[in-house]
Amino acid sequence: MSDMAAPSTAPDELPRAKTDWLPLLLIPALGLLTLPFVGSPSTWVTLTVAGLAMGMMIFLMASGLTLVFGLMDIINFGHGVFISLGAYATLIVLGPLSGWAQADSLGLNLALLALCILAAMAVTGVVGAVFERVIVRPVYGSHLKQILVTMGGLIVAEQAIHAIWGASPIPIPLPQSLRGAFVLGDIVMERYRVVAVAIGLVVFIGMQLLLNRTRIGLLIRAGVENPEMVEALGYRIRRLFVSVFVAGSALAGLGGVMWAFYRQTLTAGMGMEVMVLVFIVIIIGGLGSVGGCFVGSILVALVANYVGFIEPKLALISNILVMALVLIWRPQGLFPVARR
Amino acid sequence: MTEPLLHLRDVHTHIGPYHILHGVDLAIPQGELTVLLGRNGAGKTTTLRTIMGLWQASSGQIRFDGRDITAASTPDIARSGIAYVPEAMGIFTDLTVRENIVLAARSGPVDKARLDWMLGLFPALKRFWNLPAGNLSGGQKQMLAIARAISEPRRLLLIDEPTKGLAPVMVRSMIEAFKALKAAGETILLVEQNFHAASALGDNVAVMDDGRIVHSGRMSELVADKTLQQRLLGLSLDAHQ
Repeated sequence: MSDMAAPSTAPDELPRAKTDWLPLLLIPALGLLTLPFVGSPSTWVTLTVAGLAMGMMIFLMASGLTLVFGLMDIINFGHGVFISLGAYATLIVLGPLSGWAQADSLGLNLALLALCILAAMAVTGVVGAVFERVIVRPVYGSHLKQILVTMGGLIVAEQAIHAIWGASPIPIPLPQSLRGAFVLGDIVMERYRVVAVAIGLVVFIGMQLLLNRTRIGLLIRAGVENPEMVEALGYRIRRLFVSVFVAGSALAGLGGVMWAFYRQTLTAGMGMEVMVLVFIVIIIGGLGSVGGCFVGSILVALVANYVGFIEPKLALISNILVMALVLIWRPQGLFPVARR
Repeated sequence: MTEPLLHLRDVHTHIGPYHILHGVDLAIPQGELTVLLGRNGAGKTTTLRTIMGLWQASSGQIRFDGRDITAASTPDIARSGIAYVPEAMGIFTDLTVRENIVLAARSGPVDKARLDWMLGLFPALKRFWNLPAGNLSGGQKQMLAIARAISEPRRLLLIDEPTKGLAPVMVRSMIEAFKALKAAGETILLVEQNFHAASALGDNVAVMDDGRIVHSGRMSELVADKTLQQRLLGLSLDAHQ
């Protein structure tokens, strides 16, 4: 982003922007509130780490969709296919490099994971570009058509996965060093979940830097709010749309890889299965808000974990309950993005 | 006679089933401020949006700087040197004042002299430099919208009702800012309902009614001719002041 000096006004005269801390405080508040119900602090830490890992994976899968939704006003029910496709793309790497997964070397195991992620992002990025051109572009501006057409695209793509890789579930092994758990006293943290938290944080920080410190990020944020004005400033919003759609698809592919290793099984419908959660978190977060998507993902996952432990019967409805409560509090989501 | 910088010839615009512009003929000379007057619904905003390519002209021709831009895309029109300030201002409220200006300066950082000039025109923006533009008042947002339009040199500024809804003190500030822009040699097409502001600023005037230009000429002639004011606008400048 081009830099520009601040005008000559003393810094102490400048009023500061208010940060909206309340939604961020929900996460620690939730943790503290549930601690007495869980009882054991070590169990609570285990549940919290598991919830954070699940939240990061949901964030990875949902972050692209919230940008596509916010910027392009596209309701892409086909987003789940990029999650599935990303998961299946791991087979491209796991086939020839299966030995790396069995090797007792953290370096090789992490390199394998990185290659799987790169392959998945490349495949889903390319398919995303085709999907946008063939399926989404003809229905810009019509939500009903978007729902129907992207659902159709999802079904076709799922059948294509069956045709290429077969209809049966495919087991995939977790790389050797990522199996098992770290044990600290009574606290048990699965290694893979810690890796998922780390990757989620890296992606979130990367996206925040991109959106707030680069010109392309400014354009995306401006485009979410007023795409017509972005065009009137001389920028080609269509190119931005395509770039964001491709990036969103690639992020879903990345999420798909993490989700696949977490489940250790591939099915063509695995993307579609998490789409309800994905839609819940982008609605909770505020359509188009990456920060909101991040907080929403963690909130939903933590609630699911805590409630699943404290009162398992309520686990199934906990996500819907969270969404309802958040929308009663903030009808536009936790971090509403100013919209056209 | 030199060719006008912007020339609309028999421009028609349809929005859905509605025929809004019925053959607009308008010439904007270089280095002058032309005011477009007319009652609500006369087609002023549609004229600006059609020039910007936000609504495509159904027929007729729009030439800018000797080039036909009738069918050009909005980004191409903007890149040819036309800046647009819409009636709703089009401020990105989630971006800071600084980010709004950075985004508008496509060719790179705004140079120090230009920045100082802009902030000299609109000093209130300094105080909110690093704040989200959504925190600004209506008048400050209007200042930002115009500052954004002049963040780098443009050939033509299209500005839609900049004084609408502003307090009198803000209207006076805006008039002073436009005088400074005129003095700097900017070419401006200004849609304005405030006749006092329009007459204080305009070199030329065009009056629209029912999607057509029904009068065009020098502003001084309209100001001097009360009968013409009554006929075109339904009131005299004296009454409006």
